[in-house]
Amino acid sequence: MSELTLFLVRIAYLAILWIFVLSAISVIRSDMFGARVPTPAAAPPQPGNQKKKKKAAPKQKRGTPTQAVVVQGVNSGIIADLAAAPILIGRGNDAAIKLDDDYVSTRHARIVASGDQWYVEDLGSTNGTYLGSQRITQPVPIGLGSQVRIGKTIVELRK
Amino acid sequence: MPQNSALMGFVHRRRRGAELFLLILALIVGIGAYAVVGLGVDGEVPTNLIGYGGWLTLLIIAAHVTVRLVAPYADPVLLPVVAALNGLGLAVIHRIDLAVDTSDASRQLMWMTLGVALFIGTLVLIRDHRVLGRYTYTFGLSAIILLILPMLPGIGNEVNGARIWIKLGPLSFQPGEVAKVLLVLAFAGYLVQHRDALALAGRRFLFIDLPRGRDLGPILAMWGVSMAILVLQKDLGSSLLFFGLFLVMLYVATERPGWLFVGGGLFLAGAVAAYALVPHVQQRVDIWLDPFADPNGDGYQLVQSLYAFSWGGMIGRGLGEGMLTLGSGDNVHLRVPEAHNDFIMAIIGEELGLTGVMAVLLMYGLIVERALRAALISRDGFGKLVAVGLGTVIAIQVFVVTGGVSRLVPLTGLTTPFLSAGGSSLVANWVIIALLLRISDQARRPAPPVDQPAEDPDQLDTQIVKVMPREEASR
Repeated sequence: MSELTLFLVRIAYLAILWIFVLSAISVIRSDMFGARVPTPAAAPPQPGNQKKKKKAAPKQKRGTPTQAVVVQGVNSGIIADLAAAPILIGRGNDAAIKLDDDYVSTRHARIVASGDQWYVEDLGSTNGTYLGSQRITQPVPIGLGSQVRIGKTIVELRK
Repeated sequence: MPQNSALMGFVHRRRRGAELFLLILALIVGIGAYAVVGLGVDGEVPTNLIGYGGWLTLLIIAAHVTVRLVAPYADPVLLPVVAALNGLGLAVIHRIDLAVDTSDASRQLMWMTLGVALFIGTLVLIRDHRVLGRYTYTFGLSAIILLILPMLPGIGNEVNGARIWIKLGPLSFQPGEVAKVLLVLAFAGYLVQHRDALALAGRRFLFIDLPRGRDLGPILAMWGVSMAILVLQKDLGSSLLFFGLFLVMLYVATERPGWLFVGGGLFLAGAVAAYALVPHVQQRVDIWLDPFADPNGDGYQLVQSLYAFSWGGMIGRGLGEGMLTLGSGDNVHLRVPEAHNDFIMAIIGEELGLTGVMAVLLMYGLIVERALRAALISRDGFGKLVAVGLGTVIAIQVFVVTGGVSRLVPLTGLTTPFLSAGGSSLVANWVIIALLLRISDQARRPAPPVDQPAEDPDQLDTQIVKVMPREEASR
């Protein structure tokens, strides 16, 4: 095999190597800027997803909640203003809703907003955060009147 | 609210098509390297290219299909980069095989098969990485047992002065490679539980927030373990890896630079003590400071590695065309000893030049970047810490090895992830990538609508209430 062919092969291979690296970088780039932002209050569009949503945000009444209220448990009556979101719920001193409930973790859950939609998110608590009878594993949308159970405490969103 | 909508309103696409496209390019990189090696050494395309390429393609397709099925939102770049690195590594090992008539490449391909199988197994079995957070102390204990195993007589095996292998019949294995994955999981579980105490208590001294004395326990213990590895097993690399890993995770968990000062101080003290007391370490440092003091003896390996880089120059001599061996006939031996292990970067430097080395380093950079990205967008603390830890493991290894062979830092024995021959390391690194993909899948997946039934009802109905000995009780 001639010297020139080998030289061309060498250059070609390095080119392939760099084409790969640059394509990977361009995929990362489009990944950063190409994501779609979902319309507020609607579940994010999931093309081809087997999970179909039955109805958008059930139990949700008209109007937007402005405060989170502890309605049941040792600390019932505590009110936190949703304007200060994200709202941390837990036994720790930095929690916006500080509970003295033995079944609550230091940083138990938090209430966060995305557009007009409020979500409750478990922060890896020991005993879990429940919506109804379901333990949540991911941020879950909540609306007015949704009751979030944390330990022996129930937190509700109100106007 | 605005900063949250910026974070939570951001919906990631699945990008599986992009992953497939990159995987095809990665296969061209891997199989192309194999073909070019054949061209360079024998002047013809190797006859088993179809079989070899087919097997590689099969493995990669299997991995890709698994990701499509069980982690559809996972990061699209990680798997292709790993496939390209592994393919390139196989080709370079094959190149060394051709030079000195060994058969490391076929063994490496077997290990890669096992690695991909474990990758698939990890993704299929672990559907939620948070499950791993329950076994903090089990993982920690297993890691320590694995680290002790090579010290036991009978199964422990000493190679090149480092006692880090165990030998069971014909199989030799490096338990430290598995231990590093378990340690990341154990550290993450521990730090998630104790980060408040580690982060908040303490006092200020000279603009540095020093941690509280009694919180120093874990870092001192880890320092002790690292020093024990260094002294007893003479494994400089692992000792550095474990301590650096712990320090980075501690810093990320607590956001307190004070830990870096304490850890850096401990590291310096340990390094000075090791230099003074352990002859092995002293020798490595002396070689690093002046490899040409004894270019045919102690410094031989490093000197040859430096020559390899310089002969490679900008674009290298071409795969299969470097001067890998010295001697002739029966006396043929590798010019750079251990070329297929620690010094594989030197071979890449010689045959692919600076251009190739930079591409490889950039690929490692991409892996680490994707790991940190997964940590950033991950929604739970445990996942964040595991992703940071796994990224750090790769970063430290690449830094220590590449820095070692290019004389930036003293040479220590660590494997180059995915490139160098060595089954235990390859298998462990594939598992690391599987865990990273799982975390990024969880992180990028959009939040499900509220009325959706739980994904795994029989796991959710019965809850085990852990009794945790926590410091909150005393507050």
